[in-house]
Amino acid sequence: MYSNIASNKRKTFFMMFVFVLFVSGLIWLLNRYYIGGNNYVFYGGLIGASIYVLITYFSGAKMALALNGAKEIEKRDNPRLYRMVENLAITNGMPTPKVYIIDDPAANAFATGRDPSNSAVAVTTGILELMNDTELEGVLAHELAHIKNYDIRVSMVAFALTVVISLLADIILRMTIFSNRDRDNNALFLVLGLAAAVLAPIIAAMIQSAISRQREYLADASGVLTTRYPEGLASALEKLESNSTVVKRQNTSTAHLFFANPLKKGGIRGLFSTHPPIEDRVARLQKMGDHA
Amino acid sequence: MTIAAIVVAVILVLGLAYIYNSLVSLNQRAVEAWSDITVQLKRRYDLIPNLVNAVKGYAKHESGVFDNVTKARANTLNPATPEEAGKAEGDFQKTMKSLFAVAEDYPDLKASQNFQDLQAELTDTEDKIQASRRFYNGVVRDFNIKRKVFPTNIFAGILGFKEDKQFFELDEASNAAVQDPVDVKF
Repeated sequence: MYSNIASNKRKTFFMMFVFVLFVSGLIWLLNRYYIGGNNYVFYGGLIGASIYVLITYFSGAKMALALNGAKEIEKRDNPRLYRMVENLAITNGMPTPKVYIIDDPAANAFATGRDPSNSAVAVTTGILELMNDTELEGVLAHELAHIKNYDIRVSMVAFALTVVISLLADIILRMTIFSNRDRDNNALFLVLGLAAAVLAPIIAAMIQSAISRQREYLADASGVLTTRYPEGLASALEKLESNSTVVKRQNTSTAHLFFANPLKKGGIRGLFSTHPPIEDRVARLQKMGDHA
Repeated sequence: MTIAAIVVAVILVLGLAYIYNSLVSLNQRAVEAWSDITVQLKRRYDLIPNLVNAVKGYAKHESGVFDNVTKARANTLNPATPEEAGKAEGDFQKTMKSLFAVAEDYPDLKASQNFQDLQAELTDTEDKIQASRRFYNGVVRDFNIKRKVFPTNIFAGILGFKEDKQFFELDEASNAAVQDPVDVKF
């Protein structure tokens, strides 16, 4: 478990480092061949990228919450939910995360933040209605496990950085296509454009590796370790499967944060899915129940 | 030859330092977890007088019950060992049971908003106490495992960690009291 946390911290740092390197490299190239060798532009880019990374690190959680329309609640707004989170946090020996509610009929939940002291769990109104207490507890324990394992830090940073990278890739691709410069530059931009085109799937893969399916299984397992009741989470997952309304505000960039996949079902979903299939998760939980 | 000896010695010292440090940090975590339980117990401790007073308002003559609750309450707060804690907890739960049995006879009391709020608060606090005990037991489990696995088991005694830590457990009688807790009817 602890080596897992260390690996998550390493991964985050690595992602941020590569991001700064990548963005400043890109700006260096653009600067050199397009604008014309001015070093200040390059330094500006380097500093800008670094600042963006830091902003992401400290307020990415707020961005993710706002993007999904989550509202913070206090204990008196929803004592049932708040107390459950509080008690699970005590069982995990961690500070109580902030609690958010998303006004959405779809049943889902996610956790975000940069470490256990600066973290938040958000649940939809749909999941509060759909689940009974043991099921909701299972779901929340799963989310708290993500917080405890520092999965939230990786996914938050991955989310914010990929947004920018895909934007940059897009810009370059367009510049290549609509560029009217002479042949020299065209050749270069063709390369850059191709690189950008190649980049998109790599970005997808980056999220994949950061938020691997293995991690969902792990959060299921450590969540159950907290509640000591695999059946709760298993039946929550089964309920989700039979009641899969998609989230109103669909947003690909935050999909990997959620408890269950919030996006519409489709052919490509299996290939690029951020979550393991629910049947598989339930099967593993039932196995745990048998052994206990 | 001397180089080999030095290398072995360095590895040994580093290994020992690692073992010692991990035992110390787990031990410290257990101490912290124990104090977390006390925090939650304090919450319940502060809650009980209100509950007793609420019942007292309706059943003044049952002073024996109130005295028992107050006495048992005092013992729960600062137990020295998990064993003592388990015993104090059992005694306390028994007196609480008799307190609620008294309350049972007064429908007006049971219907009062104040009493119901206190009961809800108590239920939540009991959940939190339980949660913090579970965390403590988890940490103790980690500590005991660490102490017993090879090669830590060879050195743990020498390094000053001679005994396993105790889990929080309820004894037989208290277990019965907790297993069959007060009916909280609304």
